Amino acid sequence: MSDNTPILELQNVDKSFGPIDVLHNISLKVRAGEVLCLLGDNGAGKSTLIKTLAGVHKPTRGTILMDGNPVEFSGPREAQEMGISTVHQFGGTFPLMSIGRSFFVGVEPTKGWGPFKVYDRKTANEIAVKAVQDFGITRIDDGDRLVGGLSGGERQSLAIARAVHFGARVLILDEPTAALGVKQAAHVLRIVNEAKRRGLAVVFITHQVMHAMTVGDHFAVLIRGAIAADFRRGEKTREEITDLMAGGETMADLEAQIESYMDAHEGQPPPPAQ
Amino acid sequence: MNTTNTVQASSVPSGGHHIKATIGQLTRRPEAGSLLGLIAVFVFFALVGGQAFLSPAGYASWLNIAAEIGLVALPVGLLMIAGEMDLSIGAVIPASSLTVAIISGHYGLPEFVGIFAGLGVGLIVGFFNGYLVNRTGVPSLIVTIGSMFGVMGLTLGFTVLIAGSTGVSLVPSPTVKAILGDFVGGMFQVTIFWWLLFVAAFFYLLHVSTLGNWIFALGGDKISARNAGIPTERLTIALYMLSGFSAAFVGVSQVLVYQSAQVLAGQSFIFNSIMCVVIGGVLLTGGAGSVVGIVLGTLTFAIVNQDIYFTGIDPNLGSVIIGALLLLAVMMNDKFRVLAMSYATKKK
Repeated sequence: MSDNTPILELQNVDKSFGPIDVLHNISLKVRAGEVLCLLGDNGAGKSTLIKTLAGVHKPTRGTILMDGNPVEFSGPREAQEMGISTVHQFGGTFPLMSIGRSFFVGVEPTKGWGPFKVYDRKTANEIAVKAVQDFGITRIDDGDRLVGGLSGGERQSLAIARAVHFGARVLILDEPTAALGVKQAAHVLRIVNEAKRRGLAVVFITHQVMHAMTVGDHFAVLIRGAIAADFRRGEKTREEITDLMAGGETMADLEAQIESYMDAHEGQPPPPAQ
Repeated sequence: MNTTNTVQASSVPSGGHHIKATIGQLTRRPEAGSLLGLIAVFVFFALVGGQAFLSPAGYASWLNIAAEIGLVALPVGLLMIAGEMDLSIGAVIPASSLTVAIISGHYGLPEFVGIFAGLGVGLIVGFFNGYLVNRTGVPSLIVTIGSMFGVMGLTLGFTVLIAGSTGVSLVPSPTVKAILGDFVGGMFQVTIFWWLLFVAAFFYLLHVSTLGNWIFALGGDKISARNAGIPTERLTIALYMLSGFSAAFVGVSQVLVYQSAQVLAGQSFIFNSIMCVVIGGVLLTGGAGSVVGIVLGTLTFAIVNQDIYFTGIDPNLGSVIIGALLLLAVMMNDKFRVLAMSYATKKK
């Protein structure tokens, strides 16, 4: 991996809402062409962290650096303008709009001049379809199709292609594979790899260890708002990561418990709880 | 179902391929259901109503009604596509009528002053609605019910205070009457032509200009729309002002046609306009719809509402038909929406 300055870096960031501390002392770096996987169970503070990165929340303490310079986002718009794009679980797109129209929401291409500027459907559809196909989703070839008719993976891909087209440098993917089947998830992971190949910094939030291990270069496990582990690809096994996420050795403990029960009951598993 | 057949069939290279693809594309249009509805209603009344329905007077009877409701249904439809409602139009129509009648009839000021003031009333109420919806976050249904009662009360209060009765009359000059309140050929209200003009303007706004895309986005997902840089609050206020203006336009033309204004005129427009819009395939929760659909819905509604009198059917049954039609239209539109989502052109 390259050793240049990280595009986005958090230094000792704390975030509290009134008396409740949500994030403690978070330090993270993500470089161009690198995928940082943020792993954590529900309630670990993942969404607060994403919102802090995306400019929705301001850190209570600590600094955010972009290209080595401290920055303070006034809101999500400013973060977006600086190249930080968030893609949410369902793609954040409009189900009843066409692919071309939803791709260009807010920045519609026009033709004509003066008061006769009109929405240029043809150009919009062509650019949108090309942007998605460049990411390897060749099944999308008609910009008039409604977004709601796409599969979950295709929608994610569309949203990622859109972010990249409009100049994202840091891509924050919020649980992109959570609601997807195996094939669709593989689709999205391929897109993540493609974004990485194009030199984007990707922050990939998930609780699916398998998906993280497929694309991640760098991993951070979040537990109760603090980074419990920070390691690079290949330094930990899947089991170790799962255990970490569950908050220590609980998974192994549970397995040991079941095993000892089975030993004591002639190989019978424990009965389901009443 | 139907589309899957269409898609499979269209992947086979054959002579029928083109037609089937076109049918598939048609189902993707939000007005597909309302077109079928209009054809069904038209054929039914042509058969039952016969010559009277198909005579110029028959056409005039429903076109006059369609034009008046249609003028209001267009902006109400746009608001619904943007995810909002406007019930206050029912109070804006008489408020603007009475403003014109009081200023130009009661006080005898020039008619253009009255007309501008009448239209101004609509714009002010619209601005107020949009501002409150943005500011309070209260559902627009509630906000506009509130403003409807408010405007109605003010209209009644001021009218009684100034004119001493709940109705004010006005005799318009020939020029103004010719522009806004005349009957072409003795039966077609000039409002019909204004309606056509409005239809063209709204079509441009929603389907041709980029602003239309913002309206769809606003109704589809307000937060995503805002994140994409659309000025959602200003757009909301503008849409409410548009609906206030259109309602006021109807009010102004009504006072010129009927030469008097009544405090309680306009109540029927509230639900009728919503019905036209919904029959026309606009999604109640926003994000989908079309101007052509709204026009088709308006025509369907007007035919049923008016031409029940040309048939031997008890006119009271008209409401029953409209009720059933509304339910049917919504179910059919939902079906078409599902078809539209699953429809995809397949390469051969």
